[in-house]
Amino acid sequence: MNINFTLIAQAIAFAVLIWFTVKFVWPPLLTAIEARQKEIADGLAAAQEGKSALEVAAKKSETTLNEAKQKATEIIGQAEKRAAQIIDEAKGNAKAEGDRIIAGAKAEIDQEVNRAKEGLRAQVSTLAVAGAEKILRKEIDAKAHSEMLAKLAAEL
Amino acid sequence: MTTEHAQNVELTPSEYIAHHLSFNAQGVNGNTASEGFWVLHYDTLLTSVVLGLLVMGLIWWVARGATAGVPTKRQAFVELVFGFVDDQVKNIFHGDRHSFIAPTALTVFIWVLAMNSMDFLPVDWVASIVSFFGGEHAKWRIVPTSDINTTFALALAVWFLMIFFSIKAKGLGGWIHELFCAPFGSNPLVWPANFLFNLIEYVSKPLSHSLRLFGNMYAGEIIFLLLGMWAATGLSGTVFGAILGAGWSIFHILIVALQAFIFMMLTVVYLAMAHESH
Repeated sequence: MNINFTLIAQAIAFAVLIWFTVKFVWPPLLTAIEARQKEIADGLAAAQEGKSALEVAAKKSETTLNEAKQKATEIIGQAEKRAAQIIDEAKGNAKAEGDRIIAGAKAEIDQEVNRAKEGLRAQVSTLAVAGAEKILRKEIDAKAHSEMLAKLAAEL
Repeated sequence: MTTEHAQNVELTPSEYIAHHLSFNAQGVNGNTASEGFWVLHYDTLLTSVVLGLLVMGLIWWVARGATAGVPTKRQAFVELVFGFVDDQVKNIFHGDRHSFIAPTALTVFIWVLAMNSMDFLPVDWVASIVSFFGGEHAKWRIVPTSDINTTFALALAVWFLMIFFSIKAKGLGGWIHELFCAPFGSNPLVWPANFLFNLIEYVSKPLSHSLRLFGNMYAGEIIFLLLGMWAATGLSGTVFGAILGAGWSIFHILIVALQAFIFMMLTVVYLAMAHESH
């Protein structure tokens, strides 16, 4: 246990080692660790931000979806209404058309009936004259009687 | 772990221990004597310097390539040590620790841990290797911290740093004022008491700082040597000594790490106290 020059040599070695650590060992380690700490903190903050952004987006998409659903329902309702309208219109049109056709046919029928009556009238007068001529061959003046018959036929 | 010494049975136990506890001391400055002040313990100096360069160089090598990205396992280990020391310093010292105190704490912890760890090397292996290279009477004490010169050098360096930081923080006048006016007050009647108090504190700090480490390491070494002497008593003694030596080694891991930690903590505490004014 003798103190000697080794003490001073060791102190110098110690001083050199401290200087070396202060100068070359500590700073790069500190820089690296602090940079990583900052990176991790930034990453965590970014993750938090992303999370909240995701929440907002989810909410927004839900709202949009609901809106779209509502709109679709509206559109379907409108379409149904329109379809009913179209059907009603078509029905009305068809009825009117049918009525028109029926009316036309009725008019035609009337015309035909009139024409037939006209023909019959003409034939009836002729037949009546022929019948009367045959019955009253002698004493009946064809000329005077045809005038009377024509009057009769017109009354028919 | 101490069986190699079995062939030297002609040694008496006290010779064996004396051989293991003597330094490789040589005079400097033209001095040929191996006693007195102008003597250098080459074993202590060389072992500690090589260890210091080795461990701090290793950390420097990792620190130089340190990335802020995903660290390698090597870097992660160094950062673990870094974080451990940094946390301890952060709890004690509330100033700019990164400019000096924390790196100093790291140096002290790593270096003292490495020097203490030399105690794990089987004492007689070291002796065998040294005598193989340097002859039968070559001496080499492998644990630098069981040399009072090493621990006292570290403690004194911390002591001077303590005074330096004290003056730097409070000014020369403030430091002298504190020597006389703390802890009992600034009444001139208590100046002598204050000064005596501070004097004792300033003397006791480096003494307790250095002797604690020295005592633990020296005692550990002696116990290894005593256990090693079992090997001289025959085969059963060798086995018994080896088992006891293994047990003591395992327990010594705790002491080695604990003493390095305590030495670092005291260094930080002393330097932090120097920054506080009373």
